[in-house]
This record gives sequence, structure tokens and C-alpha cells, in this order.
Amino acid sequence: MLEATGLDCARGGRMLFRGLSLSLRGGERLRIAGANGSGKTSLLRILCGLLSPDAGEVRWRGSAISRLREEYSKQLLYLGHAPAVKDDLTPAENLRITCTLAGMSVVENAVEVSLGRFGLSGMESPVKKLSQGQKRRAALARLPLSESIPLWLLDEPYAALDAAATRLVEELIDGHVARGGAVVLTTHQDTRVGASQVIDLDA
Amino acid sequence: MLDAARCVVVRDLLVAWRRRSDVATALLFFVIVASLFPLGIGAEPNLLRAIAPGVIWVAALLSSMLSLSRLFSADHADGTLEQMLLGAAPLGVIAAAKAFAHWLVSGLPLALIAPLIALQYDLPSSLYGVLALSLLLGTPVLSLLGAIGAALTLGLRGGGVLLSLLVLPLYVPVLIMGAGSLEMAAAGMGGQGQLLLLGAMLVVAAAFAPWAISAALRISSE
Repeated sequence: MLEATGLDCARGGRMLFRGLSLSLRGGERLRIAGANGSGKTSLLRILCGLLSPDAGEVRWRGSAISRLREEYSKQLLYLGHAPAVKDDLTPAENLRITCTLAGMSVVENAVEVSLGRFGLSGMESPVKKLSQGQKRRAALARLPLSESIPLWLLDEPYAALDAAATRLVEELIDGHVARGGAVVLTTHQDTRVGASQVIDLDA
Repeated sequence: MLDAARCVVVRDLLVAWRRRSDVATALLFFVIVASLFPLGIGAEPNLLRAIAPGVIWVAALLSSMLSLSRLFSADHADGTLEQMLLGAAPLGVIAAAKAFAHWLVSGLPLALIAPLIALQYDLPSSLYGVLALSLLLGTPVLSLLGAIGAALTLGLRGGGVLLSLLVLPLYVPVLIMGAGSLEMAAAGMGGQGQLLLLGAMLVVAAAFAPWAISAALRISSE
């Protein structure tokens, strides 16, 4: 599904990685490991097309993503390390907006169910009144609604989460992989979940 | 595609409503700046009438500039801008929707409140219509051009000052036509010519600014 060849990336005058290649099929999970500042987020941003690599190319089902643009965007879900929720809106409003922007039709019932799974059901206060972990949960509540999106790119999905939420995210990722979806995630701690591929940017 | 545009407009209006004080600040700024001139210059009706078009329009430019720096920076900081870049709708549509929402919040109120300001300058009531109409046509151009500057200076240190330097020169044609329409109307020649030119500027800006904004957003979010 997703292929990258010969990726070079330099940020702030420093070479982060050179000649990096990867190939990911449906039902596979790729973990990007590395120390802080080793380029995990940059690699993820290159894979979703937010950042253009200094050399090399990313291809989705055989065509370059720079040509596909919105066609590719529709096929992927990207959760960056900023939670992408507006502080002044409630979790439900945020979720409805992100889903509409991603081109999904929003089913009111599904929004409530998904927020319920993350323990945010009926939360009427704006996100700025919530804790860091709850904010993160509000962002991750997108996952259950995005089952039909083949590629998930998750930047530090477990950051700021408690044990229960971590387990829930692991379950969702497992489910997505079992359905034949592909998942790329970055993490600097070793997670218990197995990954079919690991790219270590420190090596 | 239209769903996404409507969603962005509604979202920005909702956020603006929850942060009403920010909107009120820009509007009050307009009222206060425009009121300072009669106080400073003194009650000389002929002089006030003569400077009114220019002063009201300059105050409108500055007030519309005030809220520009927040147009994309909040979305940039909380990560929602990345989601818009990766959205299903073309970025140009989103950019146009953002500029439209900015105008609804910062431009439209100016056009509505301007006749009140005109009262302080002893403008004849026959000019209120021209004043409001010129602002209605001109302020959307300010929002569209300003959004290009806001997108270009996104994430820069000291972006606010740079933004003014970048955007204010681009505002000059709008200022000339906007104030000119009032002067012509006051001289009894009708301001239609200038108003039509303002309308033409709006059409051109609406057609091309969204592309420029989206290109700028892609560059500055790398």
C-alpha cells in the first residue's frame, strides 16, 4: 500500500536520515523508534505529505503522493503530537468538525458511542477545562470512527494516557490491523504490542 | 466540499462567539481610533467632514489588521491546521472559508457600525449608504489579502509586525477607492465608479487569494 524510497530529511541544517526506504502492506504495523530529535515526527509528516522530503519519494498504491494530494489525504488518518482539538469547543463539537473536514459523514450516535468509549460521554465543558490526558482522549476518539480509512499514521499515540486508555488504543490498533488496515506509529518507549516492522532512527 | 467550507465557517464563528471579548476588542478599537480625531482636531465641521472618509477607512484597515495575526496561528498551534491541510476538501476552499469567517467577525460589524461614527464627523445622512456599501465591498478584500500575509508569516518570530509591513501596502488601493467613493459622493458626483472598482477588486481577490493563501499555508506549515 505505502512505499517510500530513498528518503532524505534534513531539519535545521542537520541530517536526520538519509536513504530511508520502507514498504508497508495492509495488515501490517510499522513502529518508528528513536530518541527525541531523531526525526520520528518528520518521517511521519513526510509519509502523510505535510513535509516534502529533501530527496526520495513516497508512493501510495503505486502513485506518488505529491500528485494524489486530496485523493491520498482521504485514505489516511494522521494524529500529530498536537492534539488537534480546539480549546473553546466541547469534545463532541471537536469530533464532529474533524470528521466533517476529513470528508466522513457524521453519524450523531457514533460520535456519542466513540466519546463514551474514551470516557468523555456527555462532557459539555470546552476542552480547555479538561486535563492533558482527557484532551488526548478527545483527539483519539476519532479512531473508532475511522475504521474505513486504510492508513493510520499516529504520532506518539500513547503519550499522556493512563493504563485503561492505552489498552483501548492498543485494541483499536489491533482491530484495524486485523481488518487489513496499515498502521504507522512512533513511540520512544518499547510497547508491548508487537510490530511487524520496526525502523530505528538511532541505528 | 461545501460541507467542509460550511463546517469551517461555523467552527470559526463558534470559536469567535466563545471568545467574544476578542471580537469586541477589534470593534472597540475601530470606534475609539475613529473618535480620537474629532476630539484631537476640535469641532470644526468643515475640516471634520473633509477628513472623515480617510480617517474612517484607515481606522477600518487597522482594526481589520488587529485580528489577522490570530487567523491561522491558533489553528497552527493546536494542530487543527494540519488536519485542514490533510482534509478531504481542496485547501483553497478551506482558505476561502477561513477568510469569509474572518470577514463576518471583523469586517461586517465595521460596515454596520460605521454610520454611527459618521455622525461624529457631521457627514450628511445621504452619505451613510455609500459609506456602509464601500465598507461592505472593501472589507472582504482586506480579509482575503490579509489572510495571504497571515499565512506567510505563520510561525515566525515577531510575525505580527512583519504582517503589518507586508499587508498594509497591499491595502492601499482599497483605501484609495474606499475613501474616494465617499469623497466623490460628498462632492455630488456619485461614488459609483469607485464602488464598482471596489467590487472588481473583490471579485479578483476572491478568485485568486484562496490559491495564494493555500500555497502560503503549505510552505509555512512544513
